[in-house]
Amino acid sequence: MRPVATESPPDARPPFGPLPRRRTVRRGGAVSAIRTPLSRRVRTALVLASVAVPVVSWLVLGASGSVDQRFLPTPAAVWAAGADMVRSGQLFTDAWATVQRVLYGYGLAIVVSVPLGIAMGTFAAARSALEPVSGLLRYLPAAAFTPLLLIWLGIGEAPKIALIFIWTVFFNMLMVADTVRQVPLDLVNVSYTLGARRGEVLRKVIVPYATPGIIDAARVNFAAAWGLVVVAELVNSQEGVGKRILLAQRFTQTDKIFAVLVVIGLIGVSADVLLSVARDRVGRWAP
Amino acid sequence: MGAVTTALELAGVSKTFHRHGTAVSALDGIDLRVDRGSFVCVVGASGSGKSTLLSLIAGLSQPSRGEIRLDGKPVRGPGPDRGLVLQSGAVYPWRTVERNVAFGLELLRIDRRERARRVAWYLDETALTPLRSVLPRQLSGGQRQRVAIARALACEPEVLLLDEPFGALDVQTKEDMQIFIRRIWTETATTVLMVTHDVEEAVFLAQRVVVLASDPGRLAADVTLDLPEERDLTIKRTPEFLALRAQVEDLVRTFHRATAQTVRPHI
Repeated sequence: MRPVATESPPDARPPFGPLPRRRTVRRGGAVSAIRTPLSRRVRTALVLASVAVPVVSWLVLGASGSVDQRFLPTPAAVWAAGADMVRSGQLFTDAWATVQRVLYGYGLAIVVSVPLGIAMGTFAAARSALEPVSGLLRYLPAAAFTPLLLIWLGIGEAPKIALIFIWTVFFNMLMVADTVRQVPLDLVNVSYTLGARRGEVLRKVIVPYATPGIIDAARVNFAAAWGLVVVAELVNSQEGVGKRILLAQRFTQTDKIFAVLVVIGLIGVSADVLLSVARDRVGRWAP
Repeated sequence: MGAVTTALELAGVSKTFHRHGTAVSALDGIDLRVDRGSFVCVVGASGSGKSTLLSLIAGLSQPSRGEIRLDGKPVRGPGPDRGLVLQSGAVYPWRTVERNVAFGLELLRIDRRERARRVAWYLDETALTPLRSVLPRQLSGGQRQRVAIARALACEPEVLLLDEPFGALDVQTKEDMQIFIRRIWTETATTVLMVTHDVEEAVFLAQRVVVLASDPGRLAADVTLDLPEERDLTIKRTPEFLALRAQVEDLVRTFHRATAQTVRPHI
């Protein structure tokens, strides 16, 4: 072996001045490090605090008597109002009326938007034909349609269902199309070379690959539908959680309003968890 | 052994793409015959149209001029008589190893038992039997490529088209896969046409190496490798191998340098 050269070759770089120095990067502590998992203890503490802080503040505010009961009812009053409404069966009737509207309106939106979205993501022709219109329509605020829908469809269930449909169908369509476009072209091409025809590529490759993403889109848009149904009910209805809130407002029954809000939140979260579980089930294969 | 017959034939195949109003020639006048049961590698620098060539043979795109014939019949579109394996593997992530291999057979009218029997054989042949019920995300890169190869082979293709199949693998896995594909080739008597930029790999695997020149892709050289059919990795260190490898590398470089100065239009 040759001995290692003792003299290094001359530096060929021009005489640039020295670069300014930066101090060594600090990674951050237990809660401020970027994209670093938390310890179990810190995580549990944060989760508990996020629930406990608002609840405890509410309790303390109520007990101190510094806020008028009519503005902010105590948790006990809300519980009592809720229990009352459950006993009279009113809460169930209202909740079911609301859920039904969402099921019809949003269900219809899903039935229409998923096939159209798949078509848009798969066929350039469908995309050209549908994307400009749906891209525009989704930016028209659905609430602005309310007067029109009342004129067109009367004051029954139809305008409320239509409102939810309009509000979610275009968003969902475009989101499904995006998901479908993410199917790798290699996967499609290889399927052809394995003998698949176009319909088989669609059914056996594109749809299975896109299904978890489609459920994700459905989940996001369900939140939108659920938020809108209450607004739809404020307009004109006999029953529903939105209607109940409106009525309670007339008599300044804030405890009732709070109870209904809790129920709205609980139903929303349950549906979200349900869809999330479904997605994890279907998308078990995803890396 | 019967007489040598041609499995695949390309006659004056050219491919021109149109991008932003300008015509870009990717392949120009390719004439090529691939003997039945042979192993041919296509090498060339990037931009020589190697992958375009395979996509034309696979029938995923149509040549602008010329004709591609398989068993004398013109190729009109993709089909399971030309199996394709890509660098990405493109295995179905929601299907287990076994169901990936079964994909092509599920499209055919054959009964379940027959299908299972065939799938089992190809799983065994590619040493995937222990992994049959595993999802692709749990596989290593090499295992995933074995699935892709088994899936193509299960359709009993006339020609197996490999597009840089080991390009994304680490060196050790790559060499394992080279041994693997040599064995598969011998045991299934399938004609193999493989595209790679790795000259050492081409010389080790093939009986014949075709060199493409870039811009536009043209057939620059056709080298028949005079190496023993029984090959293991040690052959890569023999003078005969090194000489052939140097010869092909020089060819690739010559036909790359000739065009390296030109700026290719944005594709």
